[in-house]
Amino acid sequence: MTDMTAAAVATQGVTGPKVRYKSPTARGRLPVLVLFLPPALLLFTLFVILPMGEAAWYSLYRWNGYGTPTEFVGIRNFTVLFNNGAFSQALINNGLIIVISLLLQIPLAIWLATMLAHKIAGVVAFRLIFFLPYVLADVAAGLIWRFVYDGDYGLFAAIAGFFGVATPYVLADRDLAIYAVLAVIVWKYFGFHMMLFIAGLQAVDKSVLEAAEIDGATGWQKFRYVTLPLLGSTVRLSVFFAIIGSLQLFDLIMPLTGGGPSNSTQTMVTFLYTYGVTRMQVGLGSAVGVVLFVICITLAFGYKRIFMRHD
Amino acid sequence: MTDTTTQVRMTAATRLYLYVSLSLVAALVLVPLVTTALGGFKSLGDLRTSPFGLPSDWVWSNYTDILFGERYWRQMANSLFIAVMTVFLTVVASAMAAFTFAHVRFFGSGHLMNYFLIGLMFPVATAILPLFIRIRDLGLLDSYWGVILPQVAFGLGMSILLFRNYFRNLPEELFQAAFVDGCGYIRFFWYVSLPLSRPIVATVSIVTFVNSWNSYILPLIMLNTETKYPWPLGIMVYRGEFGTEWQLVLAFITLTILPTVIVFFLAQKHIIAGLTAGAVKS
Repeated sequence: MTDMTAAAVATQGVTGPKVRYKSPTARGRLPVLVLFLPPALLLFTLFVILPMGEAAWYSLYRWNGYGTPTEFVGIRNFTVLFNNGAFSQALINNGLIIVISLLLQIPLAIWLATMLAHKIAGVVAFRLIFFLPYVLADVAAGLIWRFVYDGDYGLFAAIAGFFGVATPYVLADRDLAIYAVLAVIVWKYFGFHMMLFIAGLQAVDKSVLEAAEIDGATGWQKFRYVTLPLLGSTVRLSVFFAIIGSLQLFDLIMPLTGGGPSNSTQTMVTFLYTYGVTRMQVGLGSAVGVVLFVICITLAFGYKRIFMRHD
Repeated sequence: MTDTTTQVRMTAATRLYLYVSLSLVAALVLVPLVTTALGGFKSLGDLRTSPFGLPSDWVWSNYTDILFGERYWRQMANSLFIAVMTVFLTVVASAMAAFTFAHVRFFGSGHLMNYFLIGLMFPVATAILPLFIRIRDLGLLDSYWGVILPQVAFGLGMSILLFRNYFRNLPEELFQAAFVDGCGYIRFFWYVSLPLSRPIVATVSIVTFVNSWNSYILPLIMLNTETKYPWPLGIMVYRGEFGTEWQLVLAFITLTILPTVIVFFLAQKHIIAGLTAGAVKS
């Protein structure tokens, strides 16, 4: 759910405050600063900035979290990380989630959004239903799908029984598990992307579509050559959310597979949890944090600069 | 030029295509949810033989045992307390900070605002280990505050940005009029800015509340007494305990997501706007 926070970066970015007007003189400037700023400043520094700095520091040590870190190992944590098969798998999976989002989730969201743009009865109900999985907690969605995939009691068992084939245990199969997880991700998040596109479609100028129609464009042509190009900024925003969501995916994986079987469904954050937190390898875990941080920062600045220049 | 008619009145074929496609997707969304809720009414054997169908015997005790037990309510209360405190502190701290950025000119204001915006760029997970160590050293481990304070801190960047943009768009004349009348900053904040900011307070509250209500990784790391667990943690423990007794797990899942579903349908307009448009427009 925290992918919303990134939205602001995508659309707003880091801009200094623009002073809109000459400040009229008012009394009590010092008291307001002394009273109003410290709570936020203190909390933010203590629990966001300092931990991030400490992660960079700890990542250079081998440390179990007790006492002070003394065993300096340089960049060894990072070399260990990049030679670790599970971490490579996690990186691949994070990439795969982004690819699936591009190839499946966003087209699905656009398709549904255009269908819901028609004035037919029941549009509101459909919109609600499609958005519903997004408001559910990842943990609950994960458990529900764990049941769906269950080979003994779940829906998959019944479906397999209906077709008379052997029950697949998809979540226990190291080749299939990741695809099962990907399906749940699409199920959970397509509604959110659909909402973005519904908002995007509402901003499309109807007169352009009418002009295309008068020129004899078919429905598909209108979509392909008018609507889709005008949705460009929404597509870029949607992709941005998908990437951010992929990078922090954790809650959904834990109830489904916990990263298994044999690390085939790890993501960066589940890797951090499994190897860093549960084993109290502070150095290694912090190194994952630093890698994640670098990717996020690069993305926040890079993606915006390259793809969202004109938005 | 038959197009004009199809534009006004769709052909039956188009209509059919729309409804069939939409219903298909709706079914894919709803079937797992409905079977979960129905599964909670079944016996294990019933679940095994017909996970899709209606229960052959409605086993109400799956649900009533949970509802009359203490566990479910305790988890809901824990989640509610954590979420309400998180929302309250986030709104207070960010509205005050955002007010100074929007209305008070002071040295370093721009840099300080950018400092807060750093918080938008990375998820909690990146700093989770140092955060754990900090909370431990502060003696807040295994307390609600160990979850609440980091949640507030990580929500600040986004909330301050939303509040600041909103405050800055309030009509400037209000500000000048108030000052001519000798109103100070703090009174202006309390009597003018805040009462006019209800929509943005609602947006920030909804986003913060939903995030906190659903949050899993922070409580997972900070809490270790089961009586303090919010529901996403509790549900995982429950599932671990009852393992393959899926009918109980399903009933428990249904009851835990029920408040979310009810509130969502009651306040859908605000929630959808809060979670999508609100975030995007910021």
